[in-house]
Amino acid sequence: MTAPIPGPAPVPGPAPVPGPASAPGPASVPGSASVPGPASVPGSASVPGPASVPGVASTPGPTPSQTVGPFYGYALPFPGGGEVAPSGDATAITVHGYVYDGAGEPVPDALLEFWQAAPDGSLVPRPGSWRRDPASGAFLARDGLDFTGFGRVPTGADGHWTLRTLPPPPTAPYLSICLFARGLSGHLFTRAYVEGLGGERELKGLAGDRAETLLARREGAGVFRFDVRLQGEGETVFLSFDR
Amino acid sequence: MTIDAVPDGRSAGRVVDPYRSGALREPTRAPVAVGGDPEAVELYGPVFGTTEVTSLDADLTRRHLAEPHGERITVSGRVLDRAGRPVRGQLVEIWQANASGRYAHQRDQHPAPLDPNFTGTGRCLTDADGGYAFTTIRPGAYPWGNHENAWRPAHIHFSLFGRAFTQRLVTQMYFPGDPLLAYDPILHTVSDAAARARLVAAYDPELSVCDWSLGYRWDIVLDGPSATLPDPEATR
Ligand SMILES: [Fe+2]
Repeated sequence: MTAPIPGPAPVPGPAPVPGPASAPGPASVPGSASVPGPASVPGSASVPGPASVPGVASTPGPTPSQTVGPFYGYALPFPGGGEVAPSGDATAITVHGYVYDGAGEPVPDALLEFWQAAPDGSLVPRPGSWRRDPASGAFLARDGLDFTGFGRVPTGADGHWTLRTLPPPPTAPYLSICLFARGLSGHLFTRAYVEGLGGERELKGLAGDRAETLLARREGAGVFRFDVRLQGEGETVFLSFDR
Repeated sequence: MTIDAVPDGRSAGRVVDPYRSGALREPTRAPVAVGGDPEAVELYGPVFGTTEVTSLDADLTRRHLAEPHGERITVSGRVLDRAGRPVRGQLVEIWQANASGRYAHQRDQHPAPLDPNFTGTGRCLTDADGGYAFTTIRPGAYPWGNHENAWRPAHIHFSLFGRAFTQRLVTQMYFPGDPLLAYDPILHTVSDAAARARLVAAYDPELSVCDWSLGYRWDIVLDGPSATLPDPEATR
């Protein structure tokens, strides 16, 4: 493409934001004028409100979730999304499993995101989960060196997913999972506690008699199995982080 | 815009059909609260940087040999946390149908034309003010099998990261004045009318690019707690 493009710079700076200078942002959100803010959203009452930040005007309520739908597949997955462990790391583990719906059928269009601490317990977020080809913009694999703690894996036609990562630390012995799928109005959080890292007691306290649904069971050397049941018998425990 | 912009189906003379795909997928049990564990890894989250986004990613009209069909638009806004603080340097990803209402996805079999000059994906990192901006085309409405004559209102899918994994958000942005909003089962999975209204962008001539594109403003507020860390950008 060689024609001069009269378009805008890729990211216009803050200048074009209209509205009162003393109220950054919120005033321009649709509906904010007539909406009584976060209190109108169920569950947000216990949340420390905007008033807790000095100098910041009241913020409209949170933007609600909408389903990821069936067609995210050409936008969100990326090469090496499930290869969180640096290449060749002998301590890497494989965690894998299926996602099932309420009829026990595999879910072929779910997307799982993983987030965890490094084996040494550190949680310093690090970019670099993917790299781009500067010539074509194509997605390249990771650099094989840095551990970013982040993975993203779509299920296959059989509802199965696989993640290769480093074991989480005994201080936080789990992979945090955020699951998206067509049919879910929002995402679901859960955790896969990796068996043998000492998290079984914490797990019992968290999920009681449903704790088993959060355990990634050892299948063999360095291989762990974690199935997600969205609904029905053996329904996986899903987590919330407010209240 | 008022909250009446997205009325429930009753005020449109009918009840909005349920979103059927959720019947066997939505969990039946309430989520378990993790509580106040200050060490929960979800209070932190992944970050993204310069290796992950290219400068062309934010312009969906410049990915192919020629311009795509459709009404060129600029979509811009700010990403804030629930305290109103800008979310800086974080990843925003979008995907959408083309102007005819067809996704570049082989499972989309809606008999509307594919556009060889439009794929429909974009991404950018938010700037120091939490701002993002995309140049794209207005997507078309498309039919889907939820019920008879079910058509999705025009929408752009958005994926956002905050400071913490708890603030993760995938959602959809709609266009003001769309008559399909009152009938859409997916929009109405949000039961609160005021919250639904927050999914509708505002037409904003200030964002229009002269003789080039129509401007829409859509600000996004991420929910969820995060670890209380000093903002690295603030001390730079
Ligand atoms: Fe869609």
